[in-house]
Amino acid sequence: MADLSIEFAGIKAPNPFWLASAPPTDKAYNVVRAFEAGWGGVVWKTLGEDPAAVNVSSRYSAHFGPNRQVQGFNNIELITDRSLEINLREITQVKKDWPDRAMIVSLMVPCVEESWKTILPLVEATGCDGIELNFGCPHGMPERGMGAAVGQVPEYVEMVTRWCKTYSSLPVIVKLTPNITDVRLSARAAYRGGADAVSLINTINSITSVNLERMVANPIVGSQSTHGGYCGSAVKPIALNMVAEIARDPETRGLPICGIGGIGSWRDAAEFVALGCGAVQVCTAAMLHGFRIVEEMKDGLSRWMDSQGYASLKDFSGRAVGNTTDWKYLDINYQVIAKIDQDACIGCGRCHIACEDTAHQAIASLTQADGTHKYEVIDEECVGCNLCQITCPVESCIEMVAQDTGKPFLDWLHDPRNPYREAS
Amino acid sequence: MIDTLSHLPRPDAGAAELADRFADLAPPLTARQAALESARCLYCYDAPCINACPSEIDIPSFIRNISHENVQGAAQTILSANILGGSCARVCPTEILCQQACVRNNAQECAPVLIGLLQRHAIDNAQFSEHPFQRAAASGKRIAVVGAGPAGLSCAHRLAMHGHEVVIFEAREKAGGLNEYGIAKYKLVDDFAQRELAFLLQIGGIEIRHGHKLGDDLSLSELHQQFDSVFLGIGLAASKRLGLADDAAPGLLAATDYIRELRQTDDLSQLPLARRCIVLGAGNTAIDMAVQMSKLGADDVNLVYRRGLSEMGATEHEQAIAKDNQVRLLTWAQPEQVLLDDQGQVRGMRFARTRLDNGRLQATGETFELAADAIFTAIGQAFDGAALVDPLARELQREGERIWVDAQLRTSLPGIYAGGDCTALGQDLTVQAVQHGKLAAEAIHAHLMLTVEAA
Ligand SMILES: Cc1cc2nc3c(=O)[nH]c(=O)nc-3n(C[C@H](O)[C@H](O)[C@H](O)COP(=O)(O)OP(=O)(O)OC[C@H]3O[C@@H](n4cnc5c(N)ncnc54)[C@H](O)[C@@H]3O)c2cc1C
Ligand SMILES: Cc1cc2nc3c(=O)[nH]c(=O)nc-3n(C[C@H](O)[C@H](O)[C@H](O)COP(=O)(O)O)c2cc1C
Ligand code: SF4
Ligand code: SF4
Ligand code: SF4
Repeated sequence: MADLSIEFAGIKAPNPFWLASAPPTDKAYNVVRAFEAGWGGVVWKTLGEDPAAVNVSSRYSAHFGPNRQVQGFNNIELITDRSLEINLREITQVKKDWPDRAMIVSLMVPCVEESWKTILPLVEATGCDGIELNFGCPHGMPERGMGAAVGQVPEYVEMVTRWCKTYSSLPVIVKLTPNITDVRLSARAAYRGGADAVSLINTINSITSVNLERMVANPIVGSQSTHGGYCGSAVKPIALNMVAEIARDPETRGLPICGIGGIGSWRDAAEFVALGCGAVQVCTAAMLHGFRIVEEMKDGLSRWMDSQGYASLKDFSGRAVGNTTDWKYLDINYQVIAKIDQDACIGCGRCHIACEDTAHQAIASLTQADGTHKYEVIDEECVGCNLCQITCPVESCIEMVAQDTGKPFLDWLHDPRNPYREAS
Repeated sequence: MIDTLSHLPRPDAGAAELADRFADLAPPLTARQAALESARCLYCYDAPCINACPSEIDIPSFIRNISHENVQGAAQTILSANILGGSCARVCPTEILCQQACVRNNAQECAPVLIGLLQRHAIDNAQFSEHPFQRAAASGKRIAVVGAGPAGLSCAHRLAMHGHEVVIFEAREKAGGLNEYGIAKYKLVDDFAQRELAFLLQIGGIEIRHGHKLGDDLSLSELHQQFDSVFLGIGLAASKRLGLADDAAPGLLAATDYIRELRQTDDLSQLPLARRCIVLGAGNTAIDMAVQMSKLGADDVNLVYRRGLSEMGATEHEQAIAKDNQVRLLTWAQPEQVLLDDQGQVRGMRFARTRLDNGRLQATGETFELAADAIFTAIGQAFDGAALVDPLARELQREGERIWVDAQLRTSLPGIYAGGDCTALGQDLTVQAVQHGKLAAEAIHAHLMLTVEAA
């Protein structure tokens, strides 16, 4: 079996599956259960200065798919609502009892040097393996000048990171907020400040739904609501892109990345690793299904690695980064055409109406003698957009087949149709 | 009561227990089941299920409405194509109609979307504060509809919607046709047929005159003179007879006659029970009869058919219901003689074994006897020719014994239309009758409006 153990930014763990800083890592009780279940590490729920934060009641809401599948999850919780003293005591004990697991402590104190200087030695004394700076919480805390309010200003990110590197010898992971326009600016700032790694993403500003009877968004607190932070499966594509942006940024080359956002299966995790991550963190999936999911994640990942001949995570970490590029470097001469497997087709007509109404009128609907329809791709009209393949409910019924056009590789920079092309 | 069976005992079980046994065969979906099931629909384009629904309900649309918490919208979609969508949802043999054609009805997709149950969910749960269809401005036209079965009612509703006045002439004291008098009790329970009727009549402009029978106190010539158009939806009022000696002996009865009593009684424990019985036939009526007898407490129910299982009119689904209710299906045997006891009452039947010989059904020469307290015939419904005896009625072109109509439900006589079981068009199903009624109403309306414009 493949070796799942990792060393990430100097922190060792038996596997790359860590629980993100959130309710699952709120206290010793949960974290011990998580370790018993097999998680490789945890990022303890964000600590702050005393007095501890106070939470409202009615805190979560969700974006549901058909059959009440939770596609996205939203929360308006603040950082830990327990005292610093209790948290530190529990962290110390748990780390002592579980020495092989990664114990990272998430921190968020005011953007004042003195505050950081005070808390860092206390945290270090717990024996934890590293700290994570929560520059991402998008609700509540920014109103107090913390969380995303810091993460959105690269100068602050750099400054606070440097304080941490100054007053602590622990590895510093800077957790980035996605509520910005270009995540690379925050990553570069962390890098300049001396960060040992970045982790991303924290949650995205969100309102999941509105109660139309009461005319108030969810979750409802009394008769009001407020925006929260979005996470879960729906944010995975956003997180993957941000990870890839940083992974291929020459300015932060080599900076370890911990992937977070919508991870719920071994495949999700493998995708983050392929785009450059050395470890991953999970929150929502654990909150929805419990800690036991790590079982299937570990088993699935190691079996897949075996099937690919990867002995350790390093063997494929970042493998997909080189193939992720800017649009202008794509081969404009590449051509795929949809091909329908008539034996697999169940005749639902979705490919036809999708292409007919909204794409390129490239799927003919042929009425058969018995009144049913046969769907056939008109090769000459198909531009290879993949829409039909996406809407087809039958997996691998529509295949996008690469065509041999006989044309050489040509990117937009060199395409004669580009009025601003670079002379070759 | 049913005179020819009055010598038989009554069921052992009490009224309440029997009522339980006749409860909904396919109970309604819960809200959660409906949500799960509706999410399975792929919202097909040119959906094969619509094609397979005789009343052309926009199935993907109504299911999507259920899935998006718009049950009312779903119900309206159904009712706009099929005003008896509630009873059709319960009685349609979906396994040979919409669900048969559903793209998810194959091994890879596991099972078809349960269209019938979803349709029922929508109709049962929609709450309309007023009738969901409005009448057009009064046209001044009056149309006579004969027969208040599914065909006649559907026709009347659509005509009323177009602003016409409708008078329905109905022989029996209750409207609904076989929905009231014929469908197996466990498919269409309690007073659903009457509640659906009341809903349908809410549209206004429909008057039902009970106790008037075409061929009796009513003639087609009169109706033709007094009304702008006439629609005939008189169904198949007679049952085919065995054509054997003693086929009117006490203990021998048409299944539909018994079912009518069974559907009308308030107390099932008062019905005559044949502990050992024989049902002759191979269609759904035969199955209904056998199953209902079994539910009443019969020990020995034999359904006998002269050909094989695969030739049976009853669908596999229906056959399974029969087996679930301890009905024995005996094939390749045809009735030869009604056996009577000293008092001239049925004591059993002798059958001749049959087989196919070069595609022709032949008796093998072997015979056997089955003991029975009663024999129920369900060998088919027949057109009651007595309805069409006046001079004009006699001119109607027939197809076999039934009335000939074209695709727009026009008979051979101008201004006279027909639909449902009394015509030879399509299958003898409730949903087919509803569709006929609807199409006939559209044809009548188009024709009448044409003459209005021309005038
Ligand atoms: C026992 C049985 C079970 C069935 N089960 C099913 C089932 O499960 N699913 C299904 O889809 N179909 C079933 N059918 C078939 C279905 O009931 C018929 O196809 C449907 O009722 C036909 O509708 P209709 O309006 O044409 O005729 P009917 O329902 O027969 O209505 C005809 C109406 O006309 C009246 N009438 C008749 N003669 C005259 C006259 N001379 N003057 C005035 N009024 C007259 C009758 O009283 C009746 O009200 C069943 C049929 C039977 C007999
Ligand atoms: C209820 C809740 C509370 C959270 N609290 C914190 C927190 O205190 N500190 C922090 O850095 N992130 C917090 N997060 C964000 C998660 O750590 C994580 O970054 C985010 O949920 C994305 O991962 P996921 O899609 O696996 O849930 C919280 C998330 C949730 C759902
Ligand atoms: S790939 Fe796009 S253009 Fe081609 S058939 Fe499919 S939907 Fe149409
Ligand atoms: S979407 Fe897929 S299953 Fe549906 S008609 Fe097209 S090819 Fe067939
Ligand atoms: S065929 Fe089945 S899946 Fe398709 S629209 Fe009809 S019910 Fe839905």
